[in-house]
Amino acid sequence: MEAVARRRHRFNFRGSLCMPYAVFMFLFVVFPLFLVVAYAFTDANWHFSLSNWATVFTEGANWKVIGVTFIIAMITTAICILIAYPIALILSNKKYNKNKVLVYIFLIPMWINFVIRTIGLKALINGLSQAIGGFDLTASAPYVAIVIGMVYDYLPFAILPLYNQMIKMDTKQIEAAADLGANPFVTFWKVIIPMTVPGIISAIMMTFMPTMSSYVIANKMSENNVQIIGNMIEHEFLSSTSEISNHVGSTLSLVMLAIIGISLLIEKLFTNKDDARKAGIW
Amino acid sequence: MESINTIRDTNRALRNKRIRSNIGKIIAKAFVYIALLLMYAPIIYITVFSFTNHKTTGIWNGFSLDTYSQLFDTSYLATEKIWGAALNTALVALTAAAIATILGTLGAIGIYYTRRKWIKNTMDFVTQIPVVNAEIVTAVSLCVLFVICSKFLDRSFLTLVIGHVVLGIPYVVLSVSPKLEQMDPSLYEAAMDLGATQTQALWKVIVPDIVPGILSGFLLSVTLSLDDYIITAFTKPTVGGFDTISTYVDAATKRGPLPMQLRAFTAILFAVVLLAVVVINVKSKKNAKSRKEIQKNA
Repeated sequence: MEAVARRRHRFNFRGSLCMPYAVFMFLFVVFPLFLVVAYAFTDANWHFSLSNWATVFTEGANWKVIGVTFIIAMITTAICILIAYPIALILSNKKYNKNKVLVYIFLIPMWINFVIRTIGLKALINGLSQAIGGFDLTASAPYVAIVIGMVYDYLPFAILPLYNQMIKMDTKQIEAAADLGANPFVTFWKVIIPMTVPGIISAIMMTFMPTMSSYVIANKMSENNVQIIGNMIEHEFLSSTSEISNHVGSTLSLVMLAIIGISLLIEKLFTNKDDARKAGIW
Repeated sequence: MESINTIRDTNRALRNKRIRSNIGKIIAKAFVYIALLLMYAPIIYITVFSFTNHKTTGIWNGFSLDTYSQLFDTSYLATEKIWGAALNTALVALTAAAIATILGTLGAIGIYYTRRKWIKNTMDFVTQIPVVNAEIVTAVSLCVLFVICSKFLDRSFLTLVIGHVVLGIPYVVLSVSPKLEQMDPSLYEAAMDLGATQTQALWKVIVPDIVPGILSGFLLSVTLSLDDYIITAFTKPTVGGFDTISTYVDAATKRGPLPMQLRAFTAILFAVVLLAVVVINVKSKKNAKSRKEIQKNA
């Protein structure tokens, strides 16, 4: 007994191993975020000020950029889920995908640098639209081109979480639904969809979040004609020479953090509701 | 009579079902293959046009291997830049992934075995931050940090590596943690009771058990690094024209088309990746086969 007690009070060697990790994460993840907050609420002389917020929100153009970013991200996410869901469903079915090879085939393009792939896509869709109608799609319909580019780049990120959820799916329930007389549509709507809700939510998060910040795709697919929040932040930090630019950029980053926070809250709300519904059945 | 009718009906129903499921199968397969074709189309497009020497991707100028010969002729400025950027990309990815793997594995072990609940909860939360956060906010926060600490931590190769470690480290922790949970906790205790020191028990009992998690964490980290643009742009050295593939391609295509040599580069990269996947597949099939045979013999 005494030995056990001594062991319990002994220095926790294994627990102490997380010290370097904790220090690293504090220095390079947590602390920098506080710095961003500090930057957002101060002026160039480090005095407290809300002038950055005034600069960001009084300009109508900024509101437009935030709105455009949001709409592009929403449309991209919706299209990604609509395409990825059936693909993931088919890939998770052993009838079509015996040894998971097809999943790897979907992931291979991700090993080619995404900037190169985006340029390739741009050349391809411009080539096609030139051949069909004699115009450059990226020049005449930049928003459409951006959505195509983002769907192309983030589709694997939507397929993976859905696929991972679906291979865990209880196929007996699907068979049972069919045996009990449900037609395929009812089975899909009442059995398959509810079983994959967690996968759908993580697929939405995996596409919605990165589409808001990936300004490179927006730049390339719109020939630098459309700005999203990412462009504005990049401009403030990397090309603007104004004294206050880092502070304004930090403010914009906080706006983005707020959008992310709200999306996370909505996600929580949905998952809780789902659990509650499950609990209600039993 | 009645039973014969029932049998006939069942047969017909079964046949109808089979036909319907066959049509479904064809539609499903067609859908997947069309999607795959679209995913590969841009890469194939670049690969096809790597065999012609027009400046613009998409214009066929007759077959030629100029893009390839230029890719290996360092007298061209673009060639020099491409190989320099490729080297930088690989160097950053490997260094950052190695650091992330060591720190992250130790972190995962520490978090799993800590006795204080609040430490565990806090560290789990902190691990999630870079995963959930938009990459550009992470990049901005690091950029701000390096601006403030510019006296002793000015933007350099080191800051770039730090940025990429931040990018990969949560994924190392997230892939090692489940392996720790699957582990038999009494093994470590047994090792200790049999006289192993704590370090020995760690190296000889815990680490071998979680190697698959460590490896997949490392691979994930490398993959994320290779493809990264945003964190790279915000943490890379500001002087000396340092570029990775992502930032180089972005800068090169700001005014004008994709440099010709990059088409050849992409085609070669694509071929290498395809070859690697085929080799891995064949090997894993062989392994599975030999495992089956061993089981049979036993």
